[in-house]
Amino acid sequence: MIKAEISDKMRNLRDGYSSALIELGHQNNDVVAVDADLALSTKTKRFGTVFPDRFFDFGIAEANMMSVAAGLATCGKVVFASTFAVFATGRCYDQIRQSIAYPELNVKIVATHAGISVGGDGASHQMLEDMALMRALPNMRVIAPADAIEVEEVIPAIAEQPGPFYVRMGRADAPVIFDKHRPFEIGTAVPLREGSDVAVIATGTMTAEALRAHDLLQQDDVDAKVIHMPTVKPVDADAVRHAAEETGCILTCEEHSVIGGLGDAVAAAMADRPVPLQRVAINDVFGESGEARALMEKYGLTADNIAMQARRLIELKQ
Amino acid sequence: MHDEALVLDLRRKALQIRKHVVDSVYRAGSGHPGGSLSVADVLACLYFHEMRHDPEQPGWPDRDRLVLSKGHAAPALYAALALAGYFPEEELKELRKTGHFLQGHPCMKKVTGVDMSTGSLGQGLSAGIGMALAGRLDNKDYRVFVILGDGEIDEGQVWEAASAASHHQLSNLVAILDRNGLQIDGHTEEILSLEPIKWRWRAFGWRVLTVDGHDVEEILSALHEANQNDKPTLIIAYTIKGKDVSFMEGTLSFHGKPPSDEQYVKAMTELEQLEEELYD
Repeated sequence: MIKAEISDKMRNLRDGYSSALIELGHQNNDVVAVDADLALSTKTKRFGTVFPDRFFDFGIAEANMMSVAAGLATCGKVVFASTFAVFATGRCYDQIRQSIAYPELNVKIVATHAGISVGGDGASHQMLEDMALMRALPNMRVIAPADAIEVEEVIPAIAEQPGPFYVRMGRADAPVIFDKHRPFEIGTAVPLREGSDVAVIATGTMTAEALRAHDLLQQDDVDAKVIHMPTVKPVDADAVRHAAEETGCILTCEEHSVIGGLGDAVAAAMADRPVPLQRVAINDVFGESGEARALMEKYGLTADNIAMQARRLIELKQ
Repeated sequence: MHDEALVLDLRRKALQIRKHVVDSVYRAGSGHPGGSLSVADVLACLYFHEMRHDPEQPGWPDRDRLVLSKGHAAPALYAALALAGYFPEEELKELRKTGHFLQGHPCMKKVTGVDMSTGSLGQGLSAGIGMALAGRLDNKDYRVFVILGDGEIDEGQVWEAASAASHHQLSNLVAILDRNGLQIDGHTEEILSLEPIKWRWRAFGWRVLTVDGHDVEEILSALHEANQNDKPTLIIAYTIKGKDVSFMEGTLSFHGKPPSDEQYVKAMTELEQLEEELYD
């Protein structure tokens, strides 16, 4: 078990990104960052302030930015390309496919403002299918960190591993759940709570909700296993299978469409040894404007709903 | 004036590229002969004179880079690479065959000497900008050449890149526009007019040179002139689609279609005759 608690301490994952990127920039002269006129929001601007020569803001021209990143990578640069998730993966799908994933170039796409918790900007900016798009690409690996501490470990880990990555983060501040930094292992599940009644597998900041759900379920004497799955591709299939065997039912949680994200990855991993599976995710609809927390509640991305779905699932199992 | 022997050699190389284009596309049973034939002279000038490269060290960090943004002209690029010694010419016969490394469009992972994977139009100039910026960051004096199709510049991303290249004053970047006037659905000016093409690029902050894209001496002069500049250069190479194969010249029908058995023989005969004339 890895120690994780819901703390009162809130931190923005983007702050973790910029601090890790700057640290990386000090260690490696080949680290370059590119952005598309959202450098203040993605916080790559901080890297640009420290390393002005190694930062390029290409303006509101994401497609160009993504292919330039590919070109830089062919010359040995470790390129971090950032913008909002909706533009990074939606607008630039073809650039990522043709110029980054196919030639397997060393571009790390670190996208922010993923998910419905973007809030007021509404559906046009609430990217809910980014993991689906990126998971479908050969050579691409997909990571959704749980908190700012984990982001600070993910960034150096993906820099060390050649080839493309997609890292997604939300806009909102999120509770810090990890008490300390641990080297990030790509593709390895992070067990957080032991339990035998149901396995709750969560990714991104939904992991904090899963921990809260664990406590709610415990009040009813339900023992939920909680697994944080930061790497959605390649998903830790062994961990999924073990969890299925140990608990007999699985609940996945993600701030993403029910199509193509963690839920599908987990379902595929246990398809040859199926147990009842339920998915807490956005149910194939676009989002809408609203306050972040209110939207999370409206779309069921809360500890309460996770606990409720877990109870249903346990009944189904019996 | 350029050295006569050099000019003759480059014209020969261009004809050899053309023969390989016709031969490999015929054997493959598919491919794009028209736009491969139009760009053969430009490729000959780049790989056999202008570019600093070494087939013995394809990953040489100081080498000049070439991005064939109009990736469907892969048969011409592969021919140039084979003639330069990156891989045996015999391999060209296996173009597009299952299991062979010569993919229908350039794949940098599989083909030695290919600097960038291309095929989806409009992305190569951006990739070239990345290479040029990396060269600047590393204090290297290599140059980056990007070959664009004229139909290709319909793509909006090309214009995003055109802005970015001039914004960053990338004097180490040279784009060559294969202005053969035709795209799949018709004449470029009928489908989506590009003119006044020279002024468009100048307005985007580029230096623009124009050449007869089949005149080796003009191409060499322009490539040399592009070297002495403080901004990116576009060389508009006016070319003929299907150049040097009489029944392919200026036609749309051989954009993406191989020659028939009969046409293959006729095309090869014509190209061999042109080659013989060079030796007279």
